[in-house]
Amino acid sequence: MNYKLQFGELLPHWDVLLWGLLFTVVLTVVSTVAGIAVGTAGASARTFGPKWLGSLVAAYVEVIRNTPFIVQLFFIFFGLPAAGLKLSESTAAFLAMTVNLGAYSTEIIRAGIEAVPKGHIEAGISLAMTKWEVLRHIVLKQAFEKIYPALSSQIIIVMLGSAVVSQISAQDLTYAANLIASRNFRNFEVYLLVALAYLLLAMLTRSLLRGLGRILFKAK
Amino acid sequence: MLQFSLWDILSNLLIATQWTIVLSLIAFVCGGVVGLVLLFMRTSRIPVLEWSTKIYIELFQGTPLLMQLFLFFFGIALFGVEVSPWMAATLALTFWTSAFLAEIWRGCVESIPKGQWEASSSLAMSYIEQMRYVILPQASRIAVAPTVGFSVQVVKGTALASIIGFVELTKAGTMLNNATFRPFVVYSLVALIYFCLCFPLSWWAKKIESRLNVAR
Repeated sequence: MNYKLQFGELLPHWDVLLWGLLFTVVLTVVSTVAGIAVGTAGASARTFGPKWLGSLVAAYVEVIRNTPFIVQLFFIFFGLPAAGLKLSESTAAFLAMTVNLGAYSTEIIRAGIEAVPKGHIEAGISLAMTKWEVLRHIVLKQAFEKIYPALSSQIIIVMLGSAVVSQISAQDLTYAANLIASRNFRNFEVYLLVALAYLLLAMLTRSLLRGLGRILFKAK
Repeated sequence: MLQFSLWDILSNLLIATQWTIVLSLIAFVCGGVVGLVLLFMRTSRIPVLEWSTKIYIELFQGTPLLMQLFLFFFGIALFGVEVSPWMAATLALTFWTSAFLAEIWRGCVESIPKGQWEASSSLAMSYIEQMRYVILPQASRIAVAPTVGFSVQVVKGTALASIIGFVELTKAGTMLNNATFRPFVVYSLVALIYFCLCFPLSWWAKKIESRLNVAR
């Protein structure tokens, strides 16, 4: 190999990378919160809602889980404007991530809900709790505790998948990498650096989520 | 100007779908072979092998597939080798798949009771013999469902090869969209074709899983 790696050439562009990193983090955090909200609603609707709503949620889950994220993203960003709904690239990225995580977390949370013993629900009802109270204090609380690890790994998968939003020119970390590469042609160096950044971000997210889990679900 | 009918769009997409299928199959088969080697290394109880496999898996599971594609595409070129999108996509998807399959299979191997290892080692079997005749036959039964489930991820993963210029279903969709200016129709069809590829696999995985649960 006659090529010498030149990481020094990336130095002048540190601010671009930092903004990209920030966008990726914000994108992940916001769509995680929104996605889990969608997932909770979806899972509750599937287990306790009317049958037609359950089938609708099931269809949503299957469609999202069986198509690539990039196609969902393109459909939302390029396809929806043709149907009259125009979105900015950041909004489209947020929406696609939320819809995507929403489907996966619906499945994960549903598994958690189904693992809650039926007796607990009956006990709650016999204590004159309303349907909502049972759902909130008995079912979801236990469900989340059980599926927390699975949900954490899904969040990391979605975070890594967010690299794709650069393709609709949402200005995330990968977009920053592409931009720098197009300026100084140090493709390999910049992608290596950014891959490392993603790796650190994934490891950091994992330990943060683990810590959060320890606080949320303290040993009884 | 050239006019595209719905059938023109669909037939062109279906031609490109062949490449999605070919790439998925190659990535899955090659990834499975590499994954099996990794599995042997990971469960070998030789510290150097275990650690290096752990780092390998961490690297491929902790970075976006897109970055891996870029790194293979631009990285191999540094050695003065001409890299086609086809080669970069095959390599990146193979290694990515192998990391995930190795980890899935490790879980299956570890779910085999310790007594099986002890019994086979008391019969003076070597590590390879233990794996070949005792552990893998049992573990593979558990492994089928998650492996089929992961194949869906591989098919979806090939969509990213479009970004480095490999013409498969997603890239064909983008090209057709540029030619027809009918993004809603084109991307709906693309999504539909992916769904037709992936849904049977998901369904099959679920079915095998429930069958295993009954047997237990």
